Amino acid sequence: MKSAAKVAIASFAALALAGTLAGCGTGSGDESGKLELRVATFPPGADQAAYDAFAVQEKQFEKLNPDIDVIGVEYEWKAPTFAAQLAGGSLPDVFTVPFTDTKTLLENGQLMDVTKEVKDLGYADKFNPIIIGEVQDDDGNIFGFPRQAYAMGLHYNRDLFTAAGLDPDQPPTTWEEVRADAKAIAEKTGKAGYATMTMGNTGGWQLTAQSISRGAEMQKDNGDGSYTSTLNNDGTKATLEYFHDLRWEDDSMGDNFLLDWGSINQEFAAGNLGMYTSGSDVYTALVRDFSMKPEQYGLTVIPTEGADAGVLGGGDIAVMSPKIDDAHKAAGVKWIDWYYMQKLLNKDAAQADAKALADSDQAVGTPVLPVLDKATYDQQQEWIKPYVNVPTDQMAGFFNGIFDQKPVGEFKGQTQPIYGLLDNVIQAVLTDENADVDALLTKADSDAQALLDGQ
Amino acid sequence: MTVTDHPPVVRDALPPEPPASVAPRRRRKRNPATWVRGGGLSNLIFLAPMLIVFTVFSWSPIVQSVIMSFQKTNLVQPATWVGLDNFERVLSDPNLGTAIVNTLYFAFLALLFGFPIPLFLAVLMSEVKRGKGLYSALAYMPVVIPPVVAVLLWKVFYDASPNGVFNTMLGWVGIPPQPWLQSAATAMPSLVIEATWAAAGGSIIIYLAALISVPPELYDAAEVDGAGIWRKVWHVTLPQLRGVLFIMLILQIIATSQVFLEPYLFTGGGPNNATLTILLLIYRYAFQNSLGGDYGEATALSLMLAIFLGLMSWAYFKLTERWSTN
Repeated sequence: MKSAAKVAIASFAALALAGTLAGCGTGSGDESGKLELRVATFPPGADQAAYDAFAVQEKQFEKLNPDIDVIGVEYEWKAPTFAAQLAGGSLPDVFTVPFTDTKTLLENGQLMDVTKEVKDLGYADKFNPIIIGEVQDDDGNIFGFPRQAYAMGLHYNRDLFTAAGLDPDQPPTTWEEVRADAKAIAEKTGKAGYATMTMGNTGGWQLTAQSISRGAEMQKDNGDGSYTSTLNNDGTKATLEYFHDLRWEDDSMGDNFLLDWGSINQEFAAGNLGMYTSGSDVYTALVRDFSMKPEQYGLTVIPTEGADAGVLGGGDIAVMSPKIDDAHKAAGVKWIDWYYMQKLLNKDAAQADAKALADSDQAVGTPVLPVLDKATYDQQQEWIKPYVNVPTDQMAGFFNGIFDQKPVGEFKGQTQPIYGLLDNVIQAVLTDENADVDALLTKADSDAQALLDGQ
Repeated sequence: MTVTDHPPVVRDALPPEPPASVAPRRRRKRNPATWVRGGGLSNLIFLAPMLIVFTVFSWSPIVQSVIMSFQKTNLVQPATWVGLDNFERVLSDPNLGTAIVNTLYFAFLALLFGFPIPLFLAVLMSEVKRGKGLYSALAYMPVVIPPVVAVLLWKVFYDASPNGVFNTMLGWVGIPPQPWLQSAATAMPSLVIEATWAAAGGSIIIYLAALISVPPELYDAAEVDGAGIWRKVWHVTLPQLRGVLFIMLILQIIATSQVFLEPYLFTGGGPNNATLTILLLIYRYAFQNSLGGDYGEATALSLMLAIFLGLMSWAYFKLTERWSTN
């Protein structure tokens, strides 16, 4: 009797465990028989209005596609979490990746081929050829939908400019003016006049952007699949010496030199930072995720110096995992076309999207670069004009100057690990007054070459 | 009189002679029916949940990572066998030396701050006559705060501007502002101070418990011999605590070899790799590259660290065994 009871209890415990473990699995169809499509939305920490706007768009899509149940999943592209999600297979069905990763992902067979779908949708020829090249393999197959591009810009806090006696409508146009303004802000307000990202590979990303603005080339593509590192160049050296002077001679970079994309945005939105460089589309995140007051925000083009100078650009691409089935693929293409692409191509879709965002107090009109041809881009800008709610006057410097700058893409070989090497270089310069720039660059260059040779 | 007098008596009593009635059962032929009747099945079913959980979440990942350390894989494409390549690459990585030195430096500083301070506080607290519970609760409180919250809180305290919390406090006594996390020289000690604060409570409670087991007669005898408080601590307390002290030392070495949270959250390994530790290096191997890091190298270094920690744990068991039988 006793033993039977024991067996019963134990069996119950084992069943309970089995049930718990079974609960770890995921299903892909809901009770109503609709197809569940998990799509990336915005980073964790977005405000309620962002969710409200998404809910409106989700309803609109589901009305048009009653057999699809869209499930928004919080998603932020960050190197460490992306690698883990990719390896663990826990990415949403539809997600976005930056240009830097696309080539390798498609070469590794980690992206779904959507050549036929893009062609069927009829806008394969409308893409900016440089940008569509980012998602094509050698045979011209297409592996994603470029949906947004940005150029690096100089973001500044108008309130701090005013407090320092500077004119916020006359932002600096040369690196020397940036230095002088940073010094004025630091002296008059006690805040950091200028800062730069330094951690989690973003230090290398920004050092690259500022080196390119001084005409640097960080890597040579040998055209045979191999690359030669050229980190030890005059533009990068000049950038590091410039940082050294801002930090150690002017003391205008504040006291925090361990900043990544999130923390520098936080400092800037909190009014602790005068100027920094980042993607031109960061306004949306600053206001939505970091509660920045729009009236404080200013944006201008990154200063460029020398004949070879350019502006580092980037962007992201809506993609799908190659592991999803045909039904999910078809639903995913519908979503991408509706959510990301139609608002760039179709007046009604552009205005509906802009209205949904504007009604929920989400940014409309954040400066981006065209992923489709310039004529389509200009047309789209015209369509959404009535709904634009970002302070475009405060971004005049950027809008007026960006199309005169030469766009430069990120280097392709071992991008993220080399950015990681450059994090150390920029950290050393900002935390050690006697840092030897030449030695640091020589070492980073040889380490980068070792990475490139080992791939 | 002391506790240490007893174990030999216990040891002499072992092993017990098997009772005569048990012997015939051992010779009985076992079959599935007798196994079930003897409770084997219910034992197995009771064990099953833990066996399954351990297999799925512990043993299987351990075995997989050992296998992975001999492979090149991004976990998406098929893995290829590379023999000892991962180990060779890890051992020839200049960052490994930096990470080992930094980890040793952390361990050394953690011992320097984290070993005597809790002991000192425990001795002090054991001497107070009133409010012992209150002091214990206060000492233990940092352990209750979630580690990530504590680190983020300290990150604010470590603000390097003259208005930062610690710099303001230093200003009161005329010490100039310190860069704390923002300089290669002060970053690691800053990490250790927080880690010591966070962990001291646990150690203090263990030391307090051990101090209670010190027979009061020994103190009385020392007092009769004219010993002051420091001589009592030196000649009575410390020798009585030596077992616990040694265990805590080994445990601390094992724990500090795996330091990750503080450098990851405070500095990300910076400035310029000044706080790059072995575990953070493993993390970087695996996750720095968004396109699927080098999981082979990461597991190879993890395996080497695990072997080292295994040796330390073996030493811990051997020594605790010796202490418990002494």
